[in-house]
Amino acid sequence: MGHLEFDIAHLLGTMVLVLSFGLLFQRRIFGVLRTFALQASLLAAAAAWQAYVQDAPHLYITAAIALVFKAIVIPVALHRIVIRLQIHRSVETVLGVGLTMIIGVGLVTLSILLVLPVTYESGAITRENLALALSVVLLGLLMMITRRNAVTQVVGFMSLENGLILAAVGVRGMPFVVEMSVAFSVMVAFIIFGVFFFHIRERFDTLDLHYLETFRGERE
Amino acid sequence: MNPLAVVLCTPVAAAVSLGFIPGRYHRIAARLNVLASFVTLASGLTLFEVRPEPNLYFFIDDFNVYLVVLTAFVGFTTSLFSASYIGHEVEIGRLDAPRLRFYHGMYQAFMFSMLLALTANNLGIMWVAVEGATLATALMVSLYRTREAIEAAWKYFILCGVGIALALFGTILMYLAAQPVMGGGAPAMAWLLILAQVAHFDPAILNLAFVFLLAGYGTKVGLAPFHAWLPDAHAEGPTPISAVLSGLLLNVALYAVLRFKILLAHNAGAIAPGPLMIGMGLSSLLLATFMLYRRRDIKRMFAYSSIEHMGIITFAFGMGGPLANFAGLLHMTMHSLTKSAIFFSVGHIAQVKGSQKLADIRGLTISHPTLGWTFVVAVLAIAGLPPLGIFMSEFLVVTSTMARQPVLAIPLVLGLLVGFGALILRLQGTAFGEVPARGHAPIKASLLPVWAHLALVATAGLYIPPQLVAWFRAVATLLG
Repeated sequence: MGHLEFDIAHLLGTMVLVLSFGLLFQRRIFGVLRTFALQASLLAAAAAWQAYVQDAPHLYITAAIALVFKAIVIPVALHRIVIRLQIHRSVETVLGVGLTMIIGVGLVTLSILLVLPVTYESGAITRENLALALSVVLLGLLMMITRRNAVTQVVGFMSLENGLILAAVGVRGMPFVVEMSVAFSVMVAFIIFGVFFFHIRERFDTLDLHYLETFRGERE
Repeated sequence: MNPLAVVLCTPVAAAVSLGFIPGRYHRIAARLNVLASFVTLASGLTLFEVRPEPNLYFFIDDFNVYLVVLTAFVGFTTSLFSASYIGHEVEIGRLDAPRLRFYHGMYQAFMFSMLLALTANNLGIMWVAVEGATLATALMVSLYRTREAIEAAWKYFILCGVGIALALFGTILMYLAAQPVMGGGAPAMAWLLILAQVAHFDPAILNLAFVFLLAGYGTKVGLAPFHAWLPDAHAEGPTPISAVLSGLLLNVALYAVLRFKILLAHNAGAIAPGPLMIGMGLSSLLLATFMLYRRRDIKRMFAYSSIEHMGIITFAFGMGGPLANFAGLLHMTMHSLTKSAIFFSVGHIAQVKGSQKLADIRGLTISHPTLGWTFVVAVLAIAGLPPLGIFMSEFLVVTSTMARQPVLAIPLVLGLLVGFGALILRLQGTAFGEVPARGHAPIKASLLPVWAHLALVATAGLYIPPQLVAWFRAVATLLG
């Protein structure tokens, strides 16, 4: 693998990581969704680049899934859910943004310290990619922990998953990457369906309960 | 015809066809569900005789054949229980017919994904199967559409989603370790082939991979501190699902951990997974037993008891060695059978009493003698009273610990006693005590599945056939 291939892969991976920080930084829900869409399209670019470099055509499918499903369909769907359910437009945080960013930097350091010495013998591209991917995974976790709202939690989960896909496409010749990304997409689709449903219910719940109470009162 | 293909294809075919049966024919759907589970069980039993050749994607060995049969058996008895349980829920209007189509389809889809996870030779397929099982059960946990159920399903999704994600990261690392030695592609993910070569892998990557795998699949086992999803998911879902969650899914997740433990054991430079598993097992056991005292919901209480027992099993496998592994395998089987029997009877109890609250369930042996006494026996079995099967396996765990690490026996025995006390305390109130005015509805369901399980557990406590002992021993050696 030449220097240029290596550098481009490295660059794309790093940009995915930078956008993970972007997700932590955003204070508006729509901003979070836009950042996530950008991250997913960069992931698609990274996967497509790996497909080209490793000459592994199946990775193009992973890239296409990331682009169509995660960069377009899901952000649009979440956008509409937020509008339709009148969810609070600003992000509710548990910790302050500044503190979260500092913890995030700590996590990235941790994953580099963890991965680089361990993977000394594997190829350079895998090593860096893996360190970047683990950082994205940990930042996704951090986002899930420090955000209260269900929509931002789902976005955190999906960015965590972006990190996993980044790791999987970076490892040379890994089989089942496509199947795994499909499996994850199905899961995310159901989760989003769940969010939608959850909020719909929350709004109708009072009506339902009211009905049940009158019904019980009548019976006894 | 290849029996393994039948084992895997029957649930798929059943899931698809059950998805097409309209909800108003739910009685037929329930019967079809039982039939499909029976066919799966029958073909699973033939795997003892005819063992298909392993390939890159599937294999059968001594270890998983026993879990396949156990899974198929509990799946079959649960489908019997589910038929009567669901019928009653429809009658009282807690479930409407259209949802049953979904329920029955998902039940078989869940059976399929568990059997797939057990028979997969490929680590990637195993991961996809565990993920599929998570998805299927999370959807079923939210079946009642109450606020609590949706919240439980949400928690389950998020926590197990993270667990599953960590497990995938571990799987990727495992491939990364395998790739330099075995070359790329599917063979580098096949468990049997990895096992042959694992001694040459880079131990540092293996260690890192195992930590992620243990945390990831450990979340699904319900090990502390990743257990928070488990009580909610058990309490809010339909009871047949609680039975298969406790009895089967936790085993499948632990099975995945054990497969990786075997791999690590064959690499001289890798960390010993034992201490990690012992630590997590013991902390789950102690945490769960103390939590047992403060439960107000009967299903939640037995969910904590599942955490307790998974802790004991993980502890036993963490100890390792022929005797402790033997005890762990036996305990896995006994816990599956007993816990699902308990959930069957709890399902009937909640239906006749119209409540899951422990405060509403009193004097069962007086108001419903058959059900009540069956429940008493089941709870005594899970509490570990001799001569029932759980006592036998717990006794073995304790003796092997005494022989190898006497210090660890102290927290272990303490946990067992605390758990025993909590269960007996609760049992007194529910089974005896004063009979409340409400909740005298006669029980219509058959208790046959419960009795079948309890009979097996009681027999195992007194006598285990020598063939079975020899075979458990063989598997225990395999586990290292």
